[in-house]
Order: sequence, then C-alpha cells, then structure tokens
Amino acid sequence: MSDTGAVDLDKRRFLTNSTAVIGGIGAAAAAVPFLASWKPSARAEAAGAPVEVDLSKLQPGERITIEWRGKPVWVLRRTPETLSALNQDDAKVLDPESAEPMQPEYAQNQHRSINPEFLVLVGLCTHLGCVPVYQPEVTADWNGGFYCPCHGSRFDLAGRVYKSVPAPLNLEVPPYHFVADNRLLIGLDGGAA
Amino acid sequence: MAIVPNPHGTTGFLGWIDDRFPLTKMWRDHVSEYFAPKNFNFWYFFGSLAMLVLANQLITGIFLTMHYKPSALEAFGSVEYIMRDVPWGWLIRYMHSTGASAFFVVVYLHMFRGLLYGSYRKPRELVWIFGMMIFLALMAEAFMGYVLPWGNMSYWGAQVIISLFGAIPGIGPDLVQWIRGDYLISDATLNRFFALHVIAVPLVLVGLVVAHLMALHEVGSNNPDGVDIKKNKDENGIPKDGIPFHPYYTVKDIMGVVGFAIIFCSVLFFAPEMGGYFLEKPNFTPANPLVTPPHIAPVWYFTPFYSVLRAITYPLFGIDAKFWGVIGMGASVVIIAFLPWLDRSPVKSIRYKGPIFKAALAIFVVAFVVLGYMGFEPATPVNTRIAQVASVIYFAFFLLMPWYTKIDKTKPVPERVTMDH
Repeated sequence: MSDTGAVDLDKRRFLTNSTAVIGGIGAAAAAVPFLASWKPSARAEAAGAPVEVDLSKLQPGERITIEWRGKPVWVLRRTPETLSALNQDDAKVLDPESAEPMQPEYAQNQHRSINPEFLVLVGLCTHLGCVPVYQPEVTADWNGGFYCPCHGSRFDLAGRVYKSVPAPLNLEVPPYHFVADNRLLIGLDGGAA
Repeated sequence: MAIVPNPHGTTGFLGWIDDRFPLTKMWRDHVSEYFAPKNFNFWYFFGSLAMLVLANQLITGIFLTMHYKPSALEAFGSVEYIMRDVPWGWLIRYMHSTGASAFFVVVYLHMFRGLLYGSYRKPRELVWIFGMMIFLALMAEAFMGYVLPWGNMSYWGAQVIISLFGAIPGIGPDLVQWIRGDYLISDATLNRFFALHVIAVPLVLVGLVVAHLMALHEVGSNNPDGVDIKKNKDENGIPKDGIPFHPYYTVKDIMGVVGFAIIFCSVLFFAPEMGGYFLEKPNFTPANPLVTPPHIAPVWYFTPFYSVLRAITYPLFGIDAKFWGVIGMGASVVIIAFLPWLDRSPVKSIRYKGPIFKAALAIFVVAFVVLGYMGFEPATPVNTRIAQVASVIYFAFFLLMPWYTKIDKTKPVPERVTMDH
C-alpha cells in the first residue's frame, strides 16, 4: 500500500493470482508422491523376473501353463496338422498377419512364434482378462483353439482372435527366446531372435 | 444475513449450548419444524431406509476390520475365521454382505420414486445430482468391498472391472497397471482397495449424504402429486399441506424400518447367500490367478450396466468395440444424472403425466430388468441380441425424453396435494 492510503488494485490482483498459481503448482507437486505410490513397488518389479521352461517332456498337442509375473503363460507344442489348419483360419480371424503390436517383432508372422512348433502366449483374454479354455478338439467349423468362457471370445491355435467376438486383439505373445533347443526363457528378448 | 446465536431464545443448560452451537436451531430446521408434504406414501420410505442401511454398513464394517486381514495370503482365511471362530462373527459379516445388496435394493427403489414423481425437476436438480454421486460412490464401494474376501470371484471380478480402464486409448494399459500396483491383481491391489473401502469412499459417501440432505432441506421435499406446497402457506408462513417431519414422518419411517427389518432379517438368517446372487458360489474358493471361474457374472446390482458393456460388439470410428462397451456402460449410469434437463413435461408427477410417459416408463423398467437378467447369463449370440435391443430401449427412454414428454397429453395438476390415493 502506498503512503496515500489508496489501494493498488492491480498490484493486489497480481499478488493474489500469482500466489494462487504458485500455490496450485505446489499442491500439484505434493500430489505426485501420493499418486506415484500406486505404481508397482520395487518388490513387485523384482518379482517380474524371467522364467525358464523345459520343453523336453512336452508332447505334440500338449499345452502347459507357466506363471510369469503372476500371469498364466501357455506353451503349446503344435502338430503339423495344426499348423496347416492355420491357413484355413486366415479368413476367419481379425488380424491374420499380426499387424497389431501384440507380439515381439520375431513373432509377427502367421504362426506367431519363433519356432512354429512351439506357441508361447499370455493366457489372458484381450477383452477383459479372463483365462480362455484350451479346446483342441476339431469340429466342422472349429480347427481347435481357445474359447473364453467369460464373454465368448474365440482364438485359433496361433492365438489369433476370431472376427465378431468381444475381444479386439490377438492374444499377447510375451518376450521369450530359446536358450537351448529344449529350453525356453520367458520374459526376456534374446539376442538370437 | 448475519448468524444470530440462539434465535429461539432457549434458556438454562440448553440455552448455554444454543448461545455457542446451533443445537436447537438445527433440530428445528431439519426435524421438528421441517415441513414435509402430508401426502407421502410407500415410496417415501426408501430415503430413510438407505440411511439406516448406511449406518448398518458403517457399524458392521468397523467391527469386521477388527478381524479381517487385508493381505492376499490371509484375507480369505480371515473371512473364514470371522465366519467360524469369531463370536457372532458370522452375524456381523452376513449383516454387512446382506446390507450391501439391501443398500442397492432401497437405493434403486428410491431412484425409481424420483422417476415416478419427477423429484429431480427444478428446483431439485442438485438433490438429484448429489444422489447420483452417492450412487456412483456406492458402486465403487460395493465393487471394492466384493474384492476383499479374496475369493476367486472377487479376484476375477476385479480383473474384469479393472481391465475396463485398459480400453481407454493411449493411457489404458499404464492406467490399469497403476490401479493394480502390480503386473496383475495382487496383494498390492487388495491392500489399496481395503484402504479405499474402509476410509476413503465411506468418507466421501457420508459427505455426499450430508450434501444430499442439505440440498433437499433447502428446497423442501417433493411429493406424489408434484405440487409445490410452498405456494400455499398459512398466516405463520407454514405450508398448509406440510406437516413437521417429527413426529409425523419419524413415526412413519419407524414403521418402514419394521417392515424392512422383517425382510432383511429373513434374508440374513435364512438365505444370506440368496442362492448365489448375494454371495456368488465361486467366491467360496480362494482367489486363483491361473484359473478363471467357468462363468463370470457380477453381483446382481451391477448386471444391468454390465449387460450394456457386453451388448456393444461393433467397432465404431476406427476404435474397437471394447472401448465403446466401456463408454456405453459409463453412459448408462451417467445419463440418469441428466434427467432434470431431459424431462420437458409441464407436470412433475406420473399421476398427471400422459399415456406416452407411462408407457415409456413401463417399457424402460422391462428393459432394465431384462438387462439385469442378461448380465447373469452367458453371452450367446441370442442373449447378446436381446441385450442389444434392451440397451437401445434403455438409452431411448432417456434420449427421446425431451420430445415424448413435450407432446404427451398431461392432466391438470391440482392446487393442493391429494390424499385419496
């Protein structure tokens, strides 16, 4: 305030606004630690380590489920018949060539894997995360695949989603590589891709 | 208007308090001299019953936290411990779980009352909006509460509902991970849901209930005739059709409480699981992240909105159906908040509304019940088609309302409330 006693309204408005802005920025900054505390903790991140799988006992047509980051990961050993049936599925599935980024680059192909014989998938439906059921039995209009009991989504034996089902995307292929012919490491891209 | 301490001039100990705190003033403003229309009927029980159930949830909830363990390893076991080993634990737990369903029963009936008598119309828009915010908070509260027993349906229900946020383009997957606090639904998720369920959301809920009542008492209650009782006042400024809330409606509401308690206790003691509708069967097995129950259905009070989610199976504008399903489900809840501006009828109450509104409301109720039923059923092509038709009717009821309420043939509204119904 000046000596004359008149209130400088411009100055008062400037001080009020700048205090409000700086105070608001401070409040927003103070909220960051609280919001960030909801992110996965260091312990949760450490628990997300890669998992090694032995494939030597896996029979053709057999599927095993492994836990990686608490999620079910399937390894399916496909037969040559299964692989040739994928050609028939091409017309029925939404994204036959895996254009959507639901897999590492080395699995972006029709059979969605490194070695066509072994399919590796995260076993969670891309609709709302249920675990689809493995239904290998072949019928007239079904070459085997995965059926989600929650909302009726269907996937073929490359994890490719059928058209006109609730799920919008192919099943996710996790990063993996072969450390040996019969040994798989899930959770890490290999240099040998 | 400046605040005058002790406007009623009380003396003695009460006067000492009233000079310092508006005790008598609040009692009179909100209870003994809150003049409510004299023609309240059956439908006016449910507001006070909702408060009763809220009190039940708060008290039983506090006692449950004394034995419950919010950890993925111990949660399921601690609920079984409450059920078997804690003295009267089964009663407190069943009061809480049955109370959750009872809450939605009375709230749905309370909302339907608003729909019948136009209780959302001017000047009660904010009463209605606060009410809708209570409904949203209640849904969040119920969802997180259902996760706490850590049964397999808790787990997979949480998985499905949290995955909904993944449908938001761009930030979806990161948002889901942030909510879960892990790469999957885990101990971290359970623990934060416990905090939200027992502290954060109840605080919001109670605050919203206070706001709901303050807004209501500011404008006064509507009534089955939709007549504004403040237009007809006697020489003391008291509405001629108004009666003091206490003792008239406190006594009436106690009557409602007795009727409610009979039904509530019957469920509580004889069918607390309600055949799998209040407590679903897969929830009696512990959470298993590797096995989905063969059929996932939400608890009954979410099924209508869940049906809308599943009904949308077509992509639109290049964005996939999943996103639009989530938008559809959200819209089906939020659209109710817009009723005050969608209803353009010259009258408030259904008693004076015309045949179009009555038919629309009847069809809407059928569609809502069909959606609710379809939410339990597997998503076969036929079921999906039925849910799609019902969803269209559901939205049409709201979106076409500005037109059909305008052309509808209404009856003249009386000057005073009627008592012969």
